[in-house]
Amino acid sequence: MTLRPGTLSQRSARGTTGGVGESTGRPDGTLKVTGEFAYSSDLWHEDMLWGHTLRSPHPHAEILGIDVAAALALPGVHAVLTHHDLPAATHYGLEFSDQPVLARDVVRYQGEAVAVVAADHPETARRAAAAIAVAYRELPVVHDETSATAPGAPLLHPDRTDHHAADSPHPNVVHRQPVRHGDVAAARARAEVVVRGTYQVGMQDQAFLGPESGLAVPAEDGGIDLYIATQWLHVDQKQIAPVLGLPAEKVRLTLSGVGGAFGAREDLSMQAHACLLALRTGRPVKMVYNREESFFGHVHRHPARLSYEHGALRDGTLLYVTCRIVLDGGAYASSSPAVVGNAASLGLGPYDIPNADIEALALYTNNPPCGAMRGFGAVQACFAYEAQMDKLAAALDMDPVTLRQHNAMRQGTVMPTGQPVDSPAPVAALLAAVAARPLPPPRRWENATGTADVRELPGGLSNTTHGEGVVRGVGYAVGIKNVGFSEGFDDYSTARVRLEVVAGEPVAVVHTAAAEVGQGGVTVQAQIARTELGVTRVTLLPADTTVGSAGSTSASRQTYMTGGAVKHTCEAVREQVLDRARERFGAAAARLEAGKVVAADGEVIATLADVLGDGAIELEREFRHRPTRPFHPRTGQGHGHVQYSFCAHRAVVEVDTELGLVKVIELAAAQDVGKALNPLSVAGQIHGGSAQGLGLAVLEEIVVGPDGRVRNPSFTDYLIPTILDVPSMPLDILELADEHAPYGLRGVGEAPTLSATPAIVAAVRQATGLDLVRVPVRPEHLTGTA
Amino acid sequence: MRVTCTVNGRPCVADNVWEGESLLYVLRERLGLPGSKNACEQGECGSCTIRMDGDLVCACLVAAGQAEGADLRTVEGLAGEDGALAPVQRAFLDAGAVQCGFCTPGLLMATEELLERVPEPSDADIREALSGNLCRCTGYEHIMDAVRLAAARRTAVEGRPA
Repeated sequence: MTLRPGTLSQRSARGTTGGVGESTGRPDGTLKVTGEFAYSSDLWHEDMLWGHTLRSPHPHAEILGIDVAAALALPGVHAVLTHHDLPAATHYGLEFSDQPVLARDVVRYQGEAVAVVAADHPETARRAAAAIAVAYRELPVVHDETSATAPGAPLLHPDRTDHHAADSPHPNVVHRQPVRHGDVAAARARAEVVVRGTYQVGMQDQAFLGPESGLAVPAEDGGIDLYIATQWLHVDQKQIAPVLGLPAEKVRLTLSGVGGAFGAREDLSMQAHACLLALRTGRPVKMVYNREESFFGHVHRHPARLSYEHGALRDGTLLYVTCRIVLDGGAYASSSPAVVGNAASLGLGPYDIPNADIEALALYTNNPPCGAMRGFGAVQACFAYEAQMDKLAAALDMDPVTLRQHNAMRQGTVMPTGQPVDSPAPVAALLAAVAARPLPPPRRWENATGTADVRELPGGLSNTTHGEGVVRGVGYAVGIKNVGFSEGFDDYSTARVRLEVVAGEPVAVVHTAAAEVGQGGVTVQAQIARTELGVTRVTLLPADTTVGSAGSTSASRQTYMTGGAVKHTCEAVREQVLDRARERFGAAAARLEAGKVVAADGEVIATLADVLGDGAIELEREFRHRPTRPFHPRTGQGHGHVQYSFCAHRAVVEVDTELGLVKVIELAAAQDVGKALNPLSVAGQIHGGSAQGLGLAVLEEIVVGPDGRVRNPSFTDYLIPTILDVPSMPLDILELADEHAPYGLRGVGEAPTLSATPAIVAAVRQATGLDLVRVPVRPEHLTGTA
Repeated sequence: MRVTCTVNGRPCVADNVWEGESLLYVLRERLGLPGSKNACEQGECGSCTIRMDGDLVCACLVAAGQAEGADLRTVEGLAGEDGALAPVQRAFLDAGAVQCGFCTPGLLMATEELLERVPEPSDADIREALSGNLCRCTGYEHIMDAVRLAAARRTAVEGRPA
């Protein structure tokens, strides 16, 4: 195939220097700052067509008929496909195959794909899609728990055959997970203080910057090559191949440059559509969503309604918690069952609480489908349990940090699932770190002459206040997130490593299928290879399906899992090198260092070139974390999680109480990362995750009406934080090794997203005295006009 | 229609341009310069920020015909002919300001324009100047570091402005 100049250069990206623990540069960095790095939307083929998707305008409707004649008649249109044209499987899905490739007789959410078009210009494709005539009969909309479970409610998936169907209390409940721990009734009788609250979390969008896109190229063997931005090549392949009616080996995927992900690329979007169009037309087909389509084309964070009751002794000792967490899963299951498992098992927060009665469930509704987003079920719970901790502190007249520290989980604490925490859990220390930081000086916009720089005030450049009506507050929160895939999932990653000598210099070639979505996995893989093999040069091959699965770039797992796979494979390669060296140069060969084989005392025995010569060593190994087990369907008991990640935040906010505008002026974080493989990247992940938590606190929500329609699918109306909205974010990074993890590391990416949100809202509550129970907090909640 | 312009110092001609096409489409799909990114097509995210006759513009909001005769500069024109990175590019790498990198081309163009105008910007100046460029990965902290670093290096090289 013909790609534009520059687009091939990332395919053998060579790293910079530096091993584990150093802040080395990204191997793709230079390409990214020069504009040469090829994202999936930059791919180009001289013969390519453009694909476009026709989507349902209705949240719930029967399809009476589809007429594509007018679209096919447009000059430049090469194919129009509907459900009639599907060659094989008609549905796909991450956990259940409940999502139609193209809608057949019913649409279940606004934006569901109904038809796809290929044409020679993107505008022609758009016009052709608009020319398709679809006759709909609108159906009643299910939009919340009440309407979804009411007698006579429309059943969205009446013929469910999934493995959770039998345990669901209602066919419109995707999955329910109770967790029963201790004796809540007895504890309630002993409680001296009880606080209750009901909280709501709005629908947040991942809003990655690079919209969904990819290029499907039909191959001579009847198969397809798909260049794609995704989080998990092999799970895409597993879902696409049955739809195309092809064996998996004929559906070859290569990761193309990814412009952010945050969970939204775990589900399929345009993958199968582009492949179907390419196979039908015999030509390469590129699909690129625009921003509006992106909002409809991927799953979102589950909106939630959470009811909590905390009971404690007067000294602050928590006795019990009851909670019920209702997540809106939207029209299709996606990863809702796993999100439910997380919300239920992590629903108490990072606290040692002996008695609990937890129930989490996800609903099928006619709202947009929800699935993976950074924090994955733990974010929603954290907002609620941290609000409860502040409420309890107020009821006890205790300092909110002291109350949290008094109940903080530690190594050895038993989770409500019965699983003991068997690695460091420095919850109290993280809270102490953020609390110990000096507070920003008060009213910093007032300089010596008393004039204000409005840019530093709530409302900023809008010049809405000069300080009058502005109040300050400080809030704290801490959260717990699981790392890796849980509940008995066979979670593994694969690495292939070759050590060879090129022009006299040893080179490690590392090949994995791990998706680099911006988090820096490519950087740490190269660092690990340098450290384990004692070489400077590392070449990373492009991630594709010619090597075994790496699993998903999600759940904070990729450094642990693919980092672990690269380490494990390099160790095996190293053993073979040392064996060869011992055969040829004697038994003293102990380790590899700076391109040489050295003895335990540091004496150089041979160079790698001497040992390897022309005989490269190449090995492939899989890496698995410790096995987990499913949660019991009625008690929630089970060793379901591998590792936990903890982050604490302190937020300082200023609120314009007249207009209801919030300015976060500092957001300090403390996180335990076990071992910082790349300290600069670790900081970047904590900053980025904190900013997304800030967005959920005060800005970000996909507004869905009770009619199931989305009100704000654009960057004009869905607000993600700008550089004016995100304040300075000082960090304390702890490195308490987890003895079970590679290098002792702890997954980093998600935990900061959890606690940023409740910390900010706690600060706004402190500033205003208002009992804020939903995020995002909007001006009308602060001005009493809601 | 035909659009003739100068891009990064080189004369460029795009033929058969449909009147509804944006300058961004012409750059990316017709002139083979995909460095400028498309993330919102509304001028909200700044991913397609380029210089047009010296001014910062969102190329998605410029109709192709408006670029007739214009002098354009894109991210592909930042590095020297010999491939040496510009100070802003080097600073973004050194400060860890590049993660997924999709916002990076637009941020580099906006940063360069800021530093030409304000060689020693305050933090508030930086935030104001870059507020039209969304980044979803970095939380902006390393981007602030990068701009401060680029400013310091430029000032060190070029000397303090009079």
